[in-house]
Amino acid sequence: MTLGLINANPVVHAKKERHARTDDPHAVDPLDIYEHVRDIRDPEHPYSLEQLSVLSEDSVTVDEKLGRILITFTPTIQHCSMATVIGLCLREKLKDCFPPHFKVDIKVAPGSHADEESVNKQLNDKERVAAALENPNLRQLVEECLYSSEL
Amino acid sequence: MGGSTECVKHIELYVNSSATSLQQEASVNAIATLLKNDTLNIETLVREMEMYLTTTDHIIRSRGILLLAEVLAKLTSKPLTDTSIHSLIGFFSERLADWKASRGAIVGCLALLGRKKEVGMVTDSEAKAVALSYLQNLQVQALGQHDRKLSFRLMECILDHYACAIRDLGDVLLYGICEAIDEEKDPDCLVLVFHIIESLAKLYPDPSGPLSKFAQDLFEILGSYFPIHFTHRKGEDDDNKREELSRALLLAFASTPLFEPFSMPLLLEKLSSSLPSAKVESFRYISYCTTQYGSDRMVKYAQALWSSVKEATFISPQSTVSAESELTGGMGFLDNDMMTQAFVLLQEVMQQDIIFTNLVLSDKDINIFVNSLIESTDFGDISLLLRQKLHAAGHILSVCAKSSAASCNKVFESYFPLLMNALGISPAKPSQKSYLDDDCSVFKLNFGALYLCIDFLGACRCLTAFFDNFTLVSDFANQTWCAMLHRFSGPLMKGFISFLGSNIVDSGHNAFVYLCVKGLQTLSTFPESFVPVSKHLYDCSLLMLVSIVTSEINKTFSWTSALKALVEIGLFIDNCPDSGRASSYKSTVVEKIVFLISSGDITSSSSLKLQAAYDIGATRKEFMVRIVQGLDEAIAVHFSAAYELGNLESDKLATELLDTYSNKVLPWFLETGDSEEIPIKFALGIWANIENSRCINPRPPDNNLLGATMTAMKKAVGSCTVEGQEMIINKSYELLLESNCFESMGFQSDNCSSKLKGLQQNHNFGSSTYRYEWLISLFASVVIALRPQACIPNGKMMVQLFISAILNGHVSSAHALSALVNKLPSKITGINSFRSISLEEVLDMIFGSFFRTSSNGSMSGNDGHEIDLSGLKLDTLRIQSAKSNVVIGLAWIGKALLMRGHVKVKDITMTLLGLLMLDGNIGDSNQLQEWTEVCDEEYVPQLMKCAADSFHIIMSDSEECLNRRYHAVIRPLYKQRFFSSVIPILSSLVVKSESSSVRSMLYRAFAHVVSDAPLTAILSEAKKLIPILLDCLAILSMDVLDKDIIYNVLLVVSGLLTDRNGEEAVIGNAPRIINQLIDLTAYSQSMAIRETAIQCLVAMSELPHTRIYPLKTQVLQSISKALDDPKRIIRQEAVRCRSAWASV
Repeated sequence: MTLGLINANPVVHAKKERHARTDDPHAVDPLDIYEHVRDIRDPEHPYSLEQLSVLSEDSVTVDEKLGRILITFTPTIQHCSMATVIGLCLREKLKDCFPPHFKVDIKVAPGSHADEESVNKQLNDKERVAAALENPNLRQLVEECLYSSEL
Repeated sequence: MGGSTECVKHIELYVNSSATSLQQEASVNAIATLLKNDTLNIETLVREMEMYLTTTDHIIRSRGILLLAEVLAKLTSKPLTDTSIHSLIGFFSERLADWKASRGAIVGCLALLGRKKEVGMVTDSEAKAVALSYLQNLQVQALGQHDRKLSFRLMECILDHYACAIRDLGDVLLYGICEAIDEEKDPDCLVLVFHIIESLAKLYPDPSGPLSKFAQDLFEILGSYFPIHFTHRKGEDDDNKREELSRALLLAFASTPLFEPFSMPLLLEKLSSSLPSAKVESFRYISYCTTQYGSDRMVKYAQALWSSVKEATFISPQSTVSAESELTGGMGFLDNDMMTQAFVLLQEVMQQDIIFTNLVLSDKDINIFVNSLIESTDFGDISLLLRQKLHAAGHILSVCAKSSAASCNKVFESYFPLLMNALGISPAKPSQKSYLDDDCSVFKLNFGALYLCIDFLGACRCLTAFFDNFTLVSDFANQTWCAMLHRFSGPLMKGFISFLGSNIVDSGHNAFVYLCVKGLQTLSTFPESFVPVSKHLYDCSLLMLVSIVTSEINKTFSWTSALKALVEIGLFIDNCPDSGRASSYKSTVVEKIVFLISSGDITSSSSLKLQAAYDIGATRKEFMVRIVQGLDEAIAVHFSAAYELGNLESDKLATELLDTYSNKVLPWFLETGDSEEIPIKFALGIWANIENSRCINPRPPDNNLLGATMTAMKKAVGSCTVEGQEMIINKSYELLLESNCFESMGFQSDNCSSKLKGLQQNHNFGSSTYRYEWLISLFASVVIALRPQACIPNGKMMVQLFISAILNGHVSSAHALSALVNKLPSKITGINSFRSISLEEVLDMIFGSFFRTSSNGSMSGNDGHEIDLSGLKLDTLRIQSAKSNVVIGLAWIGKALLMRGHVKVKDITMTLLGLLMLDGNIGDSNQLQEWTEVCDEEYVPQLMKCAADSFHIIMSDSEECLNRRYHAVIRPLYKQRFFSSVIPILSSLVVKSESSSVRSMLYRAFAHVVSDAPLTAILSEAKKLIPILLDCLAILSMDVLDKDIIYNVLLVVSGLLTDRNGEEAVIGNAPRIINQLIDLTAYSQSMAIRETAIQCLVAMSELPHTRIYPLKTQVLQSISKALDDPKRIIRQEAVRCRSAWASV
């Protein structure tokens, strides 16, 4: 049931330079979170979300006091059906990297997706997320994205 | 005969098709040994093998031939008769035709041809026969990779060793080689191929010889490999291999001028390639080929070469601003590879023919550039590109000037007057003597002109330095450039000096300052036979530079560049010993600097001044000696000011001076060798200072000064020879005697005198107490650094002195005593005995007084001295601390004994262990009971802790004493020995002990021993140690103060986890280890501990799945807490750990 790629020719950007951080304070900040998610592989292409400009440093906001993380990502094309997969990957990754008391909200950037509202709803619905991850095919896809060594 | 039956067995084993390569090698070795021992001779072997060598079964035949060949290859140093060699080489060369068995034949030929003359070698005609057979029969390109390599080696061998024999083969040889090497692709073979071509070129050097016909064909094969570039990278070794191939190809390219018509067009074409690496390679190849082909062949390429060099360096310069650019006024550039190679090429061609210089000088681009640059005066608006171009142009022109006197003339004629004009400098009139006159105006600030001018001066200097050895001065004088330089150097130098002296110098002029300083430096470092400047100007320039160094410390830029220039000038003087300059350098620079440090005025930014003094001194020994003199004076002044008057400023300064002494000056003398005088003088000087100042300022001791003095003293004494050391110790001993030190320290009195008591605790600071402390500390420093051979005056008194000081908590005395114990001879021999003391005596004294004193001390606590201290707990405290002082002293003595491998260390260990278990009821020796009796209940734990910590003293390396620098006697593996003798005792005591406090102290001692022991020793005992280590961690983690110990133990654990040999022991204890590590991941006091614990957990996740799977949930749960750690690093480690464990 190969349908061909949804976005066959994505624009690839350069990886940003990264450097070890030595500065205090050690509070959880957007850059911290971004470090964890920038290398997630795109479900379609052997490039990271950072390279495809799905994520940037500005797309993460965090409020440590209230324990909330908000990630707003930009799918490469308007009707990208992979947006939900990318969202799932982000959620899984953050679940691994941050303590459970953080509440994670994941949204697509306003106006970047044809079906913005439903995607947002789907991504932040606990039960639907849990159900999606029980689907072996989806699960495999998500894990491939998270632990891929292709990059 | 036995040999032959044995060899038949080996032959059969080898030829057997089921034999592995190891077995085959064994058989070859066995047969070779038989032959070497003469148990078997080669004829017999061949006869035995006849069947295998001639059979029609080609597998067996090829194996047989290979066996014979390999055996021969092992016999390179065994003499063989001419007949055997003759028949063998005949056989092998004939067998080259047998393509199914060719490998054996090739190996055989190679083995025989490689033989030396002394052991019998192949004759020329035989070698020629081999070559012919090779050329006729061997289809090299049809063979496998290994066989090709062998056959190329064979050809290489023939060409290298039997060149004369095959020279007349001519066309046949060349044709055969062309055929053999065509389309070779394997890198290993290619290296050989390139070398074969190089040898061929050597074989036929004649330009009209046989090679001329084949040059084109050969080059066609060769040229297709340029540039060497791997499209499929295989491994790390690629770079080396590429280098090797590229070098071999380079040699082949340049091997004969006959290649020139083919190679130069190819290389020039590659210069315009878009691949930077190809350009770099081309430049490199052309530079080398130029030297080999000769100038007449190269002249026709001059234009093309110049334009490509210009393109690479000047038109589009790719130099990057270097890190030191700031230091060079913004003109520091790093050339990339291409530019570097282009400049190398330029230099090569310049030296070949003057035509290149003409090309460069007539080049319009450069001309226009220089002219336009000179017209623009402001440096501020010069863009980066322009600066890069200026850098390139300067480099190009100075390469021209450097290449020969003739081209230097041309460069000077075309540019120098222009530059001088732009700078507004007119030549010195002959009438006007070159003195610095008042009306000498500053030159025009023209950056471009100044930069080029400095480059030219540098080039001239190189040229003169090059010609200096074999040219007369008169030859120079006739040269145009030389005359110009002579006319302008005076005014130039004046210009530089007056610019630097003028007050317009500010941070905006850094580039000019740099150039002026560099100009002065260059003009001052021309060789003596060619002096463009008068002595007066030379002195003036030195004066200028030194005045910058002494007075403008706040202007960092001018200061550093001036200091650098002075150092360079100093080094130059050192290279060319010429007395006139050395003396003026000494009188201007060195004296000024000495004045600077010895005058009282070094309070501000003293470290920079000391730096300057050291740097300038380091240029020449004579100068350093003078500088040291100044330092000594300064130390004397400030030391006594600090010591007697308590001047805080002086205190700081003296500390700094002493630090300079011990960190820079003394190591410098050690490196340059021989000067023992300096450290002796220094040490004696310090003692004299102390002697002269009878009183000391009664002020709470700021131990910085004392510490610095002690370190300097130790280093000074340590670098002396035995005689010097004896001199110092005698002097210091006299002083000690004079000051009644021994009496006041309670020497030979049974009770501690009141003064002795007062040393640490007495709050009524008396000046004599400080004086004693100083005296004893310095004396201890001397003793610490003594060599084992040095004689010491009145050892007994000394030991007694140290013992009483130790009881008062003077740690340096413990160091000194341990140094004595470490180095004293165990028996006294010869006439020195009346002055010396043997180890046994010292030990008796120590043990006697340590235990007696402590009990006596307790007595004195009960009676007598309540007058001073009545109503205070102080006295008891003091006695208690005396006990811990004893413990510390014992630990040092133990370390000293351990290092020299003395048996008594065991007694000390047992005593320490006994003290450690005071609380438990194990202590049954009388001595120890005595100790417990007199101890306050509350004090016992402290004493136990002290005893436990003494194991740290024993095991750790010390900077203070007992190390190589201070000539300690160190037996190899002493730590390991101590470890393996103490650990069993400790672990059995742990099991036996009932009291929890004792157990915790035992663990503490255990932790110290383990954390300083070598890992290999621990690994061998891992199984037994891991449970104890874990208990250790558990108990230590109860007290926050022990975090350093925990960290050390944790490092040991992580060492065990990451080593292969520790794995088995770790697997056995996996659950316990993991539990302990999990506890430590939440250790809130130290981030390092948490981090290491998590890393250990990551390492644990590599263990066999079955062992660790049950623990997975537990680990994941606890790690999720670490995800919330306040420190970012821990959180990151936790994420890594989590993902490692999640995949278990």
